[in-house]
Amino acid sequence: MIKSTLHISIIRTLRGIGSRMIERTWRLGAGARLFFLTLVYSGESFRRFNLTLREVYSTGVMSLLIIIVSAFFVGMVLALQGYNTLQKYGSSEAIGVLVALSLVRELGPVVTALLFAGRAGTAITAEIGLMKTTEQLSAMEMMAVNPIARVIAPRFWAGVISMPILASLFSMVGILGGYLVAVPLIGVDDGAFWSQMQANVDFRLDIVNGVIKSIVFGVACTMIALFEGYDAPPTAEGVSRATTRTVVISSLTVLALDFILTSFMLEV
Amino acid sequence: MDRTTIDLWVGIFVALGVAALLGLAMKVGNLTSSKIGDTYSVSAAFENIGSLKPHAPVKSAGVVVGRVDSITFDSSKYEAIVKINIDKRYPFPKDTFANIYTAGLLGEQYVGLEAGGDEDTLKNGDKIIKTQDAVVLEKMISQFLFSKASENKSDDKSDDGSNSKATKAKSTELGAAPF
Repeated sequence: MIKSTLHISIIRTLRGIGSRMIERTWRLGAGARLFFLTLVYSGESFRRFNLTLREVYSTGVMSLLIIIVSAFFVGMVLALQGYNTLQKYGSSEAIGVLVALSLVRELGPVVTALLFAGRAGTAITAEIGLMKTTEQLSAMEMMAVNPIARVIAPRFWAGVISMPILASLFSMVGILGGYLVAVPLIGVDDGAFWSQMQANVDFRLDIVNGVIKSIVFGVACTMIALFEGYDAPPTAEGVSRATTRTVVISSLTVLALDFILTSFMLEV
Repeated sequence: MDRTTIDLWVGIFVALGVAALLGLAMKVGNLTSSKIGDTYSVSAAFENIGSLKPHAPVKSAGVVVGRVDSITFDSSKYEAIVKINIDKRYPFPKDTFANIYTAGLLGEQYVGLEAGGDEDTLKNGDKIIKTQDAVVLEKMISQFLFSKASENKSDDKSDDGSNSKATKAKSTELGAAPF
């Protein structure tokens, strides 16, 4: 009797794991198919560029404030923390290098992508999920308008365009924040701050690689948000769950991708 | 919202992004300083280059006059061949001395050029003959310890030896001329 209930519970657990794995794999495949279709039908989002432009406004421009304010604080904290450690080794002038390299290489693209997923990704998922719930997407299909070309692709390209712009802004504003703390507040030499930074930050290896990272993160974040919205069950609960999943999956994907990209970019 | 207002905002957004990227390139990166116009390339052989890397600066009298282009290993002589690009504006005599220095105690390494007195100047593809290797800290420390040890040995000898030897050791220490 006891043995049989144990037996059943083990089988149930295994079945649960299996069905979850199949579900994840199915979603990965469907997401990849949506990505491919988006690329195929993205002609319209360039021919009618107003569509994309409007989405750049709602994903990019509306994220400006959160990006600039958080970049400023991240830069200031970096300078404070960096100074605290560097001055023990008598090299507080290297604070400029520390702030610039950590922002341009890592924090700029990664933190921007995380904020982007929270600010713009959720909005995309909720919007498309609600479009699906209120059967606007089916109505489009009825009118022989391809919803992927009309709704998905412009949002995708808007995200891909916005991310590198936001990430470079984040790095630049962060460096300015670090400068404000390091030079007027702590009293690090102004010339040493900039000259050490310029001597150690390489345009190709650091800045361009950071921009490449942010483009990849832009593709990943936007595509995940679009797929979660497109795939959401057409109920209020389904849309809310899809929105949560967008943030969780985007953040994890960004961090994992960051490790992979960094290991490619740093020639160890 | 009116479409023209959206256009304006997106325009501001893109302009801000371009300005940030430009600022990163000019103010943060070394895009302006690493830009050397026309260059000529010379090579130099070193027995040990330390941790010299491609793109390291080439300095003369502290001024950056070029960059290290590539570093290869010559397996016939077991030497490192360092290719250097020097700005065309700065001609150097044929007997220029190439050293590998370290910026600061633990900083990055760079190639320092010290001009000789030859009338002819280095041309594209020439080879710098007079070179000095990078100073390896471990080697220097072991040399220092070795010389200290031999000094102690000679001190021991002078202790059990005669007085004249001790004075002789003292005179060399003072650097008196041997006459």
